Amino acid sequence: MTMMILTGNESAAWGARLSRPKVIAAYPITPQTSIIETIAEFIANGEMDARYIRVESEHSAMAACIAAQNTGVRTFTATSSHGLTLMHELLIWASGARLPIVMSVVNRAMAPPWSVWTDQLDSMAQRDTGWIQIYTENNQEVLDSIIMSYKIGEKHHILLPTMVMEDAFILSHTSEAVNVPEQKLVDDFLGEYEPAFKLEPGNAEGYGSLIMPEGPYMEFRYKMARAMDDAREEIRKTVEEFAEVFGREYAPLVEEYKLEDADAVMVVLGTIGSTAKDVVDHLREKGKKVGLARVRYFRPFPYEEIRKIARNTEMLGVVDRSYTFGYGANLYAESKAALYGHSSIPVKNYVMGLGGRDITPEILIKVFDDMLKIAREGVVDREIEWVGLHGDERWS
Amino acid sequence: MRKLTIPEEEYMRSGHTACLGCGATIAMRYVLKALGKNTILSIPACCWAVIPGVYPRHNLEVPLLYTAFEVTGAAVSGIREALNALGKEDVNVVGFAGDGGTADIGIQALSGAVERGHDIFYIMYDNEAYMNTGIQRSGSTPIGAWTTTTPGGKKRMYKWEPKKSVAEIMVAHHIPYVATATIAYPEDLIAKIKRAKEIKGPKFIQILSPCPTGWRHSPDKTVEISRLAVQTNAFPLYEVVKGTYRITVKPKKPKPIKEYLRLQGRFRHLTEEEIEMIQRIVDENWRELLKKERCSQEVKE
Repeated sequence: MTMMILTGNESAAWGARLSRPKVIAAYPITPQTSIIETIAEFIANGEMDARYIRVESEHSAMAACIAAQNTGVRTFTATSSHGLTLMHELLIWASGARLPIVMSVVNRAMAPPWSVWTDQLDSMAQRDTGWIQIYTENNQEVLDSIIMSYKIGEKHHILLPTMVMEDAFILSHTSEAVNVPEQKLVDDFLGEYEPAFKLEPGNAEGYGSLIMPEGPYMEFRYKMARAMDDAREEIRKTVEEFAEVFGREYAPLVEEYKLEDADAVMVVLGTIGSTAKDVVDHLREKGKKVGLARVRYFRPFPYEEIRKIARNTEMLGVVDRSYTFGYGANLYAESKAALYGHSSIPVKNYVMGLGGRDITPEILIKVFDDMLKIAREGVVDREIEWVGLHGDERWS
Repeated sequence: MRKLTIPEEEYMRSGHTACLGCGATIAMRYVLKALGKNTILSIPACCWAVIPGVYPRHNLEVPLLYTAFEVTGAAVSGIREALNALGKEDVNVVGFAGDGGTADIGIQALSGAVERGHDIFYIMYDNEAYMNTGIQRSGSTPIGAWTTTTPGGKKRMYKWEPKKSVAEIMVAHHIPYVATATIAYPEDLIAKIKRAKEIKGPKFIQILSPCPTGWRHSPDKTVEISRLAVQTNAFPLYEVVKGTYRITVKPKKPKPIKEYLRLQGRFRHLTEEEIEMIQRIVDENWRELLKKERCSQEVKE
């Protein structure tokens, strides 16, 4: 184990390097670029043994990863924002082809207007692509999650791809002390890649061929659905095994922070978690009973964990750093759906931080106060609230 | 005793689902005969995504990866690099895509793949329109043709733009091997694939593949029309090896383009003036090709 000072992007590159993918196919985009630059340096210096395809688009990056992984090797790529949405068609292809590709995603706002700062609409818009989705809070979690994603996805009863999210700049370009594990430990933890199937001469299989309505199309999709469900248990097992080998513990799907006797619990994704933990400590000192649930895995969705949390509190405030135009943002809508018939506590959606707008402790203190008021009164004033809009006195 | 010029081995079984008289099916059969069994195919959305048959069966003796419409170039890049990482440099990696998937939606991935120099074959089977979706105009549809998106009508809205030359676009990428071929000249086609096999790097071969359904001709005319395409200079057969052009089949006295056009319903509406205009374009293109051949060979010598 070596302690290094790494940015989130360098941590992602190290996570990839230690997992020994044989093919990398990648295309630059701000703020992801330093991941693929760091990997290029590893390969150029002979520190990493992988074929590096410098494709002409993200669409081709995913297509090349699909084809390479289907030929029987571990692959890796990284992208962000418009690059991720350009891949959309092939994200669905990758999961449908049951290829456990691992991809780093740096969450960045979608244009227009142009913005390179953090916002989670890019990956939220990939919610239904059949990829496992994990949102990370710090650079150590970025590195460790990439290694664990190979382990989970490659299990033959899972065979699903994973995207590992990090918030733009807040993680991607911020340096932290990161434990970089020994290669030997990672090799033992992951083992050699054993594909469930592969393209090879002498075995005239066709992958992805035409299927009629009476054929097993629906059964293939059902198996994917079951695999995504089974991934919950595999994640639980893997974080335990990881802790034994590497000595770092992760909550499986949802990290719970000071939930005991909490009157109101904030539910978040990504780096908002760090700020919110500080705010929880601060408010607890003042005698306010608040807690935090940081959802790590958004796919598969941790509906059981959300129900359990709701059983022991009076109110959930769900923070989303993206919006799905129609009715509420994803983390809110899915949390609420998970609770239907299981809990009648108030749930409110706080939409904030879009386009990289800073989410400060001051803002979160106000949100917690609003949540505690709802917990006391048992009434939600408005279901969905945009926090911190210009000219809105309430939050300024 | 006659010497067989076409390999006897078959890598395409019967039972495909192509239309009667399909040129693209004949093209696949010859390509596989030339390449042999040590081959992996990648096929995007196109007629050939359907021709092998319905899951779980397919009629080829080689493994194949079906992919999205526009990704053949990227897919063959991925297969190639994965095979190289596994130490299997000897396997032929072949993209087999239609003209829409090559000249239009797939040209970005194709350009990227050949520019990067992967050791791959890219076969464009050119049936000159989006045939699998039912005969829509592509960039490779020839001038004057009827298609369902250039249906004529009162305004005579046919395809009035000349055919895009993907082979020349490939030449501009300075790749080691570019060729055109067609199914009426199987020895020429197979010789080109075999020559390409000896060359490391990206190889591009465009095979004109008549489509009775879309070209509106009788299925028994497929080979005849393919031959006329060469004899009228509508589709010259040539190869470009490291920039040097060689026309491989040179008609002594080219037949008038009218003989090629009149067998196909897609050109039935053309007036005499329009046919003359097409003749002028064919003649111009032929002269240009002769110049390229002469110049590149002179400079080479």
